[in-house]
Amino acid sequence: MKRTRIITEQSLAFTFSRRAFFLGGAQAAVGTLLAGRLAWLSIAQNERYTSLSESNRVQLTLVPPRRGWIIDRNGRPIAINRTTFRVDIIPNQLKNAEAVLGQLRDILALTADDLDRIRTDLAKARGYQPVPVAENIDYERFAAVSVRQPGLPGVKPASGYGRYYPAGAAMAHVTGYVGTASAADYDKSRDPLLITPGFKIGKEGLEKTMDLWLRGKPGAMRSEVTAHGKVVRELTTSPEVPGNALQLTIDAGLQRYTAARLGPESASAVMVDVKTGGILAMASMPAYDPNSFSDGISHFEWDLLSNDDHLPLTNKVMQGLYPPGSTVKPMVALALLEAGVDPHQSVNCTGRYRLGSSYFHCWRHGGHGPVDMHRAIASSCDVYFYTMARLIGIDRIAAMARKLGLGERFDLPMPSQRYGTVPDTEWKARRYKGARWTTADTLNATIGQGYMLSNPLQLAIMAARIASGTALVPRLIVNKNHGPQGGSLGIAPGHLDIVREAMSGVINGPFGTGFSGRLNIDDLLMAGKTGTAQVRRITMAMRRAGNFGTHGVPWKYRDHGLFVAFAPVHDPRYAVSVVIEHGMHGASGAPIARDMITYLYNRKLAESRLALLEQGWGGTIEQRMERKAYAWARRDEQPAAGTDPPPPPTGEEGSDPE
Amino acid sequence: MSRESIVPAPLREVPWGLLALVAAIGGFGLVVLYSAAGGSVRPWALSQGTRLMAFLALALLISRLGEHRLKAMTMPAYLGLVSMLLLVELFGFVGGGSRRWLDLGFIRLQPSELMKPVIVLAVARFYDMLPAGEIRRFSAVWPPALLIGVPAFLVMTQPDLGTALMICGGGITVAFLSGLPLRLFVGAGAIIAAAFPIALSMMHGYQRDRINIFLNPESDPLGTGYHIIQSKIAIGSGGISGKGFLEGTQSHLDYLPERHTDFVFATMAEEWGLVGGLFLILGYMMVIRWGMRVSTRAKGRFARLAAAGLSTTIFFYFAINLMMVMGLAPVVGIPLPLVSFGGSAMMTVLICIGMLMAIDRSARPA
Repeated sequence: MKRTRIITEQSLAFTFSRRAFFLGGAQAAVGTLLAGRLAWLSIAQNERYTSLSESNRVQLTLVPPRRGWIIDRNGRPIAINRTTFRVDIIPNQLKNAEAVLGQLRDILALTADDLDRIRTDLAKARGYQPVPVAENIDYERFAAVSVRQPGLPGVKPASGYGRYYPAGAAMAHVTGYVGTASAADYDKSRDPLLITPGFKIGKEGLEKTMDLWLRGKPGAMRSEVTAHGKVVRELTTSPEVPGNALQLTIDAGLQRYTAARLGPESASAVMVDVKTGGILAMASMPAYDPNSFSDGISHFEWDLLSNDDHLPLTNKVMQGLYPPGSTVKPMVALALLEAGVDPHQSVNCTGRYRLGSSYFHCWRHGGHGPVDMHRAIASSCDVYFYTMARLIGIDRIAAMARKLGLGERFDLPMPSQRYGTVPDTEWKARRYKGARWTTADTLNATIGQGYMLSNPLQLAIMAARIASGTALVPRLIVNKNHGPQGGSLGIAPGHLDIVREAMSGVINGPFGTGFSGRLNIDDLLMAGKTGTAQVRRITMAMRRAGNFGTHGVPWKYRDHGLFVAFAPVHDPRYAVSVVIEHGMHGASGAPIARDMITYLYNRKLAESRLALLEQGWGGTIEQRMERKAYAWARRDEQPAAGTDPPPPPTGEEGSDPE
Repeated sequence: MSRESIVPAPLREVPWGLLALVAAIGGFGLVVLYSAAGGSVRPWALSQGTRLMAFLALALLISRLGEHRLKAMTMPAYLGLVSMLLLVELFGFVGGGSRRWLDLGFIRLQPSELMKPVIVLAVARFYDMLPAGEIRRFSAVWPPALLIGVPAFLVMTQPDLGTALMICGGGITVAFLSGLPLRLFVGAGAIIAAAFPIALSMMHGYQRDRINIFLNPESDPLGTGYHIIQSKIAIGSGGISGKGFLEGTQSHLDYLPERHTDFVFATMAEEWGLVGGLFLILGYMMVIRWGMRVSTRAKGRFARLAAAGLSTTIFFYFAINLMMVMGLAPVVGIPLPLVSFGGSAMMTVLICIGMLMAIDRSARPA
């Protein structure tokens, strides 16, 4: 049923006024809604939008701080800052990217690779975070970009500071190097400084471990910018706070000399101040040039370095582990003396020592005849030590080894250190799941072979502790808060004197194995001990063939040459260790230690010896590195050299073939 | 002595209060444009001021026409504008990606703009002629639907969605006021609401993106959402009293896009704050309220419907623009008349006001 309404003009007029009233009400409601929305935005949300408007308007630019200097014990520079020039792009301000990049390519001589990298970075970049275009450009190019800047929107030439290492490769393993922070570094701290162009963090060595001390605090520049990134005016600038200076115990001159004196060998040398424990020199060669790392190393350089069998990227002082060989004999002698062995008791050396059904050999296959402790050290007789060590057992020897710093973890600000092993009965049981310690193990350990391993720094500390009789610990950083060094080791002074005399005999005595270490400076005497560490065991077959040394075998299977020393013999001041990888003979390190000591007493003499040697080696470190790089670049033009199959390394049968 | 005897009749009939209000809004707009230009009358404030004077004069001229002449001109004007819209389709001047203008040599005419008041008059004229008894028949629906649909479709193809929507809005408002059965509007509303999800699912990806960006502008801070975000920042950072004349950073440092046209309200609110914003809202609401009152006072069906429809057209401009700049509606490109730089919207609104004044004059006892 449908209801029909009669519609008239009158009723339509009534409908109109009702609906017009409703419409007017709806309009008023919308008007009120708008007023309410306006009030909400400008009162309740005012704070939020005010800060958004500020962050729109104000651009904060971090000014990277200058890194603290690294200086040597005398205040001479080891790592400093130099003014460098760079060019960045601010992505927000960049217009017509390709045209700008095209201009930059011409001015800065950018390669296609550079351009690809910049385009990738730009695609990832946001806002005002600058994208580096070129770093370490010369002033002429920097100026060329600067004058064209008005026509290159978004391009920002900037000057900053770059790390410079005056000693180059000679100091590389001490300082390490700096580099641009990685994405992982940034994710860890979320510090915007890390992604500020020109800012570098320590990547290796002291630069890495002391990074926060050296880093400093960034300055900040606040400026007002338009939406297009044009800077309208500068608001405030807070200055950067440069990083702290770091003073090392290193003697820069000695360090440089030591590195050079190691010559073309794969070698390391450490010198420790016997009074303070300060490390005076710590060289590992060959090395890389840290200056080429701080601007980002090229693939070419990286390949050159990582393919070198002399391991220029490894700090052998901290990371190299070697069987210490005969250099432990003074230490063993101290253990014998403390155990009550009479130093005058003689052992008759026939060249070999029988243990059960097998023989342990002396390096001198004809034998030394009757030897007492002094002569056993001076001529490095193995049979004496086999005989005596067997009497007192490994645990007393190991205790003395630890007392003198072998196997000890020194707290030094150096990344990736390795500490070596002092084996004993308990150690073997733990390491080889309950295996028993055998007499053969003792005989091997007593001549620094078998399980015994140490790094060159530990060897230097061993020498320093014998020289001083104190529990000296190494230091690398000059710190006025350090207390006095050492404290007695608790070894009878008479026993120390016996061993020191014997070590003097190694160099200055009639039977000494280290006569090549004689100083010949007035009445100054050096004491030391040679050591030869096997890389490959000497088999019975080789022995029968009369082949005891490693002459004529490929370089990488030759014995390591080790040498420890201190000087002067009476009232010692310096302790040294030198390790020459595959140097064949322990005495090969002696002249290097001699020249390091000579440098401290008679620099002219030391420099003239070095100059003569460098003529034979083909020039200075830098000249030789340059030649190596040149040869590497042309390596494909030379026929590949044949390689020998690798024989097994040292076995259970130990011998010290000196 | 009474006022009547001193002031001559033509002057007496002018609604001075309203003109003062319009001049105040327009004058404030000039101040804002002066600041938007960085404290300069060029390039905007000066020409906008000239235009304001010219169109105010035009409004006064129209107010002299009288209701009967408006009525007589309605259908010829409507037909003329529809044919011009067709001409635009054929020969229109392309600008900003769409075809909206006819180049007449001395002036670039945008017929869709004039259609906004004329559609109101045309629909009002139709219901004026429709016998009262037929209002509930189908014959009351399809002719106005055609009247609205043809120009709306033509404008939509330009494409100019905002204007098309305003043409529909004006026409439908008049139809609503004419007394068409409510269920038509409720039903249409329900259908649109129901169709929305379906339409959403049929949309192209980019169209859906636009809706998403409107709902969450932060999802596209550098693209379309940028306008809304920067506009809200400008308004919100103004606070209660604003950053001060010539002190707006959002507008002066170019963060605010279209600071002198569609987003001029944000430019104003940044410097004048809530106080300035409320002044403008109140001013507009008073103008619209005056227009609605004219419609209730008016005699005759055409006058009533036309007056309410014209007031609502002004309201649409104002409400859509403000909702847009405050993030309550998508960015559709409707300027704030009298304040935004540009002549078209100002002309339309002042024509509406002129016609309202004409209706008002005819309604008064002679």
